[in-house]
Amino acid sequence: MNILETHNLTKTYGGVHANSDIDFALPQGKITALIGPNGAGKSTFVGMLSGRIPATNGQVVFDGRDISALPAHQRIQLGIAYTFQITSIFPRLTVLENVAIAARRRFASNPVQLKTRIATALGKVGLLERAEEIAGDQSYGHQRLLEIAMGLVQDPRVFILDEPTQGLAEAEISAFITLIKSLAGETTILLIEHNMNVVMGAADWITVLDQGRILASGTPEDISANTAVQAAYLGKTDA
Amino acid sequence: MTVARKSGLLHLSVLVALIGLFFMLPPYHSGNLARIMVLAIYAMGFNILFGYTGLLSLGHAMFFAAGMYGFGLAINLGGFPLLPAFLIGMLSAAGLAAITGFLALRTTGVAFMIVTLMFAQTAYLVILYFGAYTRGDEGFVIQTAKRSVMGIDLTTDSARYATALILFGLCFVALARLVQSPFGRTLVAIRENEERARMLGYDTGAHKLKAMILSGLISGVAGAAYAMLFGYVGATFATVQYSIFPLLWVLLGGAGTTIGPLLGVFFMFYLIDFSSSLTTAYMLIAGIVLVVLTMFAPQGLMGEMRKRVFTWLP
Repeated sequence: MNILETHNLTKTYGGVHANSDIDFALPQGKITALIGPNGAGKSTFVGMLSGRIPATNGQVVFDGRDISALPAHQRIQLGIAYTFQITSIFPRLTVLENVAIAARRRFASNPVQLKTRIATALGKVGLLERAEEIAGDQSYGHQRLLEIAMGLVQDPRVFILDEPTQGLAEAEISAFITLIKSLAGETTILLIEHNMNVVMGAADWITVLDQGRILASGTPEDISANTAVQAAYLGKTDA
Repeated sequence: MTVARKSGLLHLSVLVALIGLFFMLPPYHSGNLARIMVLAIYAMGFNILFGYTGLLSLGHAMFFAAGMYGFGLAINLGGFPLLPAFLIGMLSAAGLAAITGFLALRTTGVAFMIVTLMFAQTAYLVILYFGAYTRGDEGFVIQTAKRSVMGIDLTTDSARYATALILFGLCFVALARLVQSPFGRTLVAIRENEERARMLGYDTGAHKLKAMILSGLISGVAGAAYAMLFGYVGATFATVQYSIFPLLWVLLGGAGTTIGPLLGVFFMFYLIDFSSSLTTAYMLIAGIVLVVLTMFAPQGLMGEMRKRVFTWLP
């Protein structure tokens, strides 16, 4: 069962094909990693999934429904959470208020539940004791974790994380792997990641993107044994 | 004490202080204060859009004028009684804000400033163009006899003060509640990082339009109240100067604070009042004070207070 699918999804910038005819499926409840060399079109692809970047062509289907025409905020309302590659928070507000803004859209009607959910999300990323501090004063790693908490608190059905571990310390990375593994099952996770330890340690399924096309898909074992993938990463011609 | 209670107490004490001041101040100053409260309503309307949503409009005079002319023309030409005329003034401003917002919100930043400025200039020229009805630059007076409601003559000092205070109080308390509501907090989120707010599932376009309409509506209340309490409707109030004033007041008092607009108007009013008693070059003194304030309190009076003392200030 796939919760999210794309059919012939294409993005061209002028004459440049950032993504060409991508047919992609995101299996429900699993952690899928999207990997590929720099410039492969990963961020463009998830931008089109979330609606942040309009697609030139093709379809996005969420839970059996064609959402290609929906603006970004309506896709998020369907249960797609998104964290940015470059940290995007509300820097002048407190850590707590950042998460509260993310949570209120769904849970504003029930203040008690709202409060618990915010505390739970902050607790999961270990920022609870910093709740009253200003978000912009936090270290880069903590800001990344805050953005993850802002995604978590929405209780999303699909959680798209664009390079979440970039800038995190080793200890934080292993905590992050544990965290997203605990989410899988109920939440479907799409992870864009450069850190191979995270990819191999967390992902159930890997899709490799190269030059705007899907190069390979498979389990971590398949992918690490795939010669085409090795070639794309190491820059060899087909061995 | 919770933040909501602290803020409730603060807003209540401001209103109590304003009631008390009427009995303590000589008529000259209580008359000034009535005017300050009406202009503070205007500043609060502007503050919703600028201070809380982060959209700088340079055309708010058109909403103030829409309220003023909507009210004044409804009375003088339409023959409406006071209260329905007031409502017409409010609706004129809100309607104009809806149209302007619908078109101008396609732009952001400097372009938004220019587009709103252009709309306001058009509104000003429309007032002059229909001089046969609006009496153009000269403006018109609303007869004292027409400025009474339920047998109460609004032109007396005490009735004028009380009306200004009631209108101010209503807007003040309503806006203080609004900015602490989920809707208000979402406006702040849009001000701080619109793209992030959108990618949290908020329809930022709809929120901005609502903020614009509300801002125009409150500015219109101020315009209608001004005409009602001071009896004069004129094109001067639609000039660009009256679009700049609320920006100045709000910046001085503290953008994005509930009390800032009142404080900003109060400060500016008495700064000019005082400096003009010293010299004819009073704008020079006012200018220097403003420069100094901007240097040492860039977030305005209440903005600095929030930074240093009351971090919970709404």
